[in-house]
Amino acid sequence: VSAAEKYVAAAYAVFLVFVLAWLVIIATKLARLERETGELVRLARSGAATGEPGDG
Amino acid sequence: MSTTKPILSLLASLAVLLTAVAVAMIFFVAPEDADQGLSQKIFYIHVPIALTAYACFGLGAWKAFRLLTTRGERYDLESYTGVHQGTIFGALTLVTGSIWARASWGVWWTWSSNQLVLFLVLFLFYCAYFMLRFSIEPGPRRERISAVYALFGVALVPVSFLAIRLANDFIHPTVFTRDGPQMTGKMFAAFCVSWAAITLLAYVMYRVELAGKRTDANLRELREALAR
Repeated sequence: VSAAEKYVAAAYAVFLVFVLAWLVIIATKLARLERETGELVRLARSGAATGEPGDG
Repeated sequence: MSTTKPILSLLASLAVLLTAVAVAMIFFVAPEDADQGLSQKIFYIHVPIALTAYACFGLGAWKAFRLLTTRGERYDLESYTGVHQGTIFGALTLVTGSIWARASWGVWWTWSSNQLVLFLVLFLFYCAYFMLRFSIEPGPRRERISAVYALFGVALVPVSFLAIRLANDFIHPTVFTRDGPQMTGKMFAAFCVSWAAITLLAYVMYRVELAGKRTDANLRELREALAR
């Protein structure tokens, strides 16, 4: 493998790694948002459940 | 919202397809450069990434301008995301450019090229944007100050872009002149497809990141409302 081939491969690999790293970060963020949404839904449901007797 | 998601999926698929076509054109259609040889293939990724970084900074500045003129809150996140994307592509420009410099000139970096130094200044300027933004409490004041900063930074984009022409730098040759692109038709076609692919990819990344940030902000607001 020539030096030029190594540099070209490195440049394209850097781009690929950046995109993959971005995907990992977004996937991690999505998982956190999903977890937080679940917590909020549970919180809202428990709030609604405790509020029901008082309403009637 | 229901129509946004299918469009985004379509754009993401198109970006992947265009990237595959670009890679095929770069390595199997575009001829090898007579002067630089194989290392010139870095040009097809480095220049589109740099142009995309400029476009992202421009988008961030445009959204900042909209924020300052209309006071629309949504423009703050849009401007921030544009600047963030520009910084990501700016970092990529510096890394791929450094690799190309090593392959062509034998050095990783040279301070004698105005184009390189001005791009570094632009990149560092926008890196400081995040330090400024996160040193201020969230609210209208932070939105306005961030917008003014993003708007000021965009003045560096044409300076950085034109530096190569103004300096008449022989190290960093001018490829696009008034006589047209200094390359063969196949090379230019590969460049255009690569540019389209990277621009589209950046736009998809912008939209996905913006959606994530908006959801995050909405959830924070909802949590505060439920806690009351």
